Amino acid sequence: MRHIISILLENEPGALSRVVGLFSARGYNIETLTVAPTEDRSLSRMTIVTAGSDDVIEQITKHLNRLIDVVKVVDLIETPYIERELMLIKVRAVGKDREEMKRMADIFRGRAIDVTDKSYTIELTGDGAKLDAFIDALDPASILETVRTGGCGIARGERVLKA
Amino acid sequence: MELTGADIVVRCLQEEGVEHVFGYPGGAVLYIYDALYTQDKVQHILVRHEQAAVHAADAYSRSTQKVGVCLVTSGPGVTNAVTGIATAYMDSIPMVILSGQVPTHAIGEDAFQECDTVGITRPCVKHNFLVKDVKDLATTIKKAFVIAATGRPGPVLIDIPKDITRARCRFEYPASVPMRSYNPVVKGHQGQIRKAVQLLLAAERPMVYTGGGVILANASPELNTLVDLLGFPCTNTLMGLGAYRASSEQFVGMPGMHGTYEANMAMQHCDVLLAIGARFDDRVIGNPKHFAQNPRRIIHIDIDPSSISKRVKVDVPIVGDVRECLLELTTQLQAAFASGTRAHRGVPAWWNQIGEWRKKDCLKYDRANREVIKPQAVVEALWKVTNGDAFITSDVGQHQMWAAQFYRFDKPRRWINSGGLGTMGVGLPYAMGVKLAHPDAQVACITGEGSIQMCIQELSTCKQYDLPVKIVNLNNRYLGMVRQWQEIEYGSRYSSSYMEALPDFVKLAEAYGHVGMRIERPADVEPALRDAFGRHKDRLVFLDIITDQTENVWPMVQGGKGLTEMILGSEDL
Repeated sequence: MRHIISILLENEPGALSRVVGLFSARGYNIETLTVAPTEDRSLSRMTIVTAGSDDVIEQITKHLNRLIDVVKVVDLIETPYIERELMLIKVRAVGKDREEMKRMADIFRGRAIDVTDKSYTIELTGDGAKLDAFIDALDPASILETVRTGGCGIARGERVLKA
Repeated sequence: MELTGADIVVRCLQEEGVEHVFGYPGGAVLYIYDALYTQDKVQHILVRHEQAAVHAADAYSRSTQKVGVCLVTSGPGVTNAVTGIATAYMDSIPMVILSGQVPTHAIGEDAFQECDTVGITRPCVKHNFLVKDVKDLATTIKKAFVIAATGRPGPVLIDIPKDITRARCRFEYPASVPMRSYNPVVKGHQGQIRKAVQLLLAAERPMVYTGGGVILANASPELNTLVDLLGFPCTNTLMGLGAYRASSEQFVGMPGMHGTYEANMAMQHCDVLLAIGARFDDRVIGNPKHFAQNPRRIIHIDIDPSSISKRVKVDVPIVGDVRECLLELTTQLQAAFASGTRAHRGVPAWWNQIGEWRKKDCLKYDRANREVIKPQAVVEALWKVTNGDAFITSDVGQHQMWAAQFYRFDKPRRWINSGGLGTMGVGLPYAMGVKLAHPDAQVACITGEGSIQMCIQELSTCKQYDLPVKIVNLNNRYLGMVRQWQEIEYGSRYSSSYMEALPDFVKLAEAYGHVGMRIERPADVEPALRDAFGRHKDRLVFLDIITDQTENVWPMVQGGKGLTEMILGSEDL
């Protein structure tokens, strides 16, 4: 099952490799990983999307908590949450496809952020499934390049992850 | 007053009460060695190989509960130390490793003797640091000692670039270092402990299973009190030997791959298992699926939540310091007994069953043999000669198992071995570390001719520091445990397990300035041991004991098999 692990950790050199090293050493799988400092620059917030049985996720959480640099760990899917991912996608846009591509981007609430006479670069946000759906809706031959940030997430309502 | 980084390192060690540092100098740590030279509170022990420095510091810690400290140079100094660090990490031994690094401006330039120390050691330390500013040095060292010794202990490495050891700043050793990301749990959950008490009192077939965590938590007295109060059978793992006294009738021996028949049967057939500071290791419970076939309720006390429900599902997890938890458990039990509650009346029948299992006499061997020396008999003789009160270090292999089975430990921290990583070569440096910590105690290293040659150079260190340890070399001219597996599982094809061209260990010991003895007859074993601890009390004695080549360690649970699928002897093959 898919899980979204949110981690608050010290913004120290090497902290990222401790987390990543733990996953590779114990054979856990990382689907996506995003990390950036928080409003408190001494802390980083990391989101790891992973998959595994309940036992495996329990071990992942426990081992993450064991890392000295890790301040807090939660599995976002335990309570209601919001997930977003950003994708930049460069597509072929010539002739009659040019109008069609613009329409498609509009349907998915994407925005063209760079335009040439042969291509659009479209910015799209949403959960991973929405971004997948956009890719699936396009003719594969028209996709020139994609880049995705990986998911990040936050709990709904009053719940917060704080040091 | 401003001090150099090197002086700060030494002052910090003094503040921590460190008496011995095991190490080996090199370019990147020369300022630190210079600072050590001008003081006499911290004694530096010069080993002959960095691996031995870490092992010695590790054993120093195992035998005293203090944090072991070692000092190595950059590059090869660190890579040589890695085996020692991984060994300590697997057994959760509190240690601080100080490593030199090339100057900060040279990091990343493939400088001479540069390596990514923090990267190389990251998977085998509890935590590590690279110090980039001399102002952070004292705080980092304080943090390292705190992290190493608290929670689930472990080795912590501090990588110190050479320019940091020369830079100056004001020295102040912090009294405490709060870390928002590091707050180990101490007290166990009261409600969980209450549940544990209820389960224990309702148990018909109870079993207490304890590991190295009891020793690390210094909870041996509390464990003895609790087990005696309960009147239940108790087993100690390889890492936990001595935590509960082996001389008690309630002690059923070690469990696991080479555990006793009664311990393994009781582990499998109990209805309530109280696991304390143990981790259901593959060498202890065998195949977890087979282990899970018998229904039982499991209570698990451990400081590390990630040890709980890792290999075996647990019913009552109790996270906390083992000693604190045992005290609380005992208090609640005493209250229950005081109010008239008694243990389940089925327990005597369970003891009868255990008595039946004991009749197998699973540790029997050919005691009457007058022709060849049985290795088990050597360990028994050693126990007798040392009144069962020596510090015993071992290497890894058959001799380790015989030592664990036949030297009946009544006290914690007397049995020093590499249980988790299984590192051959630890025995002699372990003995050095123990002897330095306990100069008046009897210290013996039970080893084999394979293992001892992995750190044999330390005989020179023993000479330099006058460390009269006794080396009991069970010499069967085979890598015995490998040979045993090959006999049982690989059709007796002894691939590379025979040791040819062995040195003359007597001459070797003498060449290093020690006493060497070669013992070939059973009748000579005990007198030789008496000589070693008597007449040659103040000398290192290397006893090269020529033992039965084909002796195997029994019982045995083969890898992947269930805990009760034991081979009790060659007749079962």
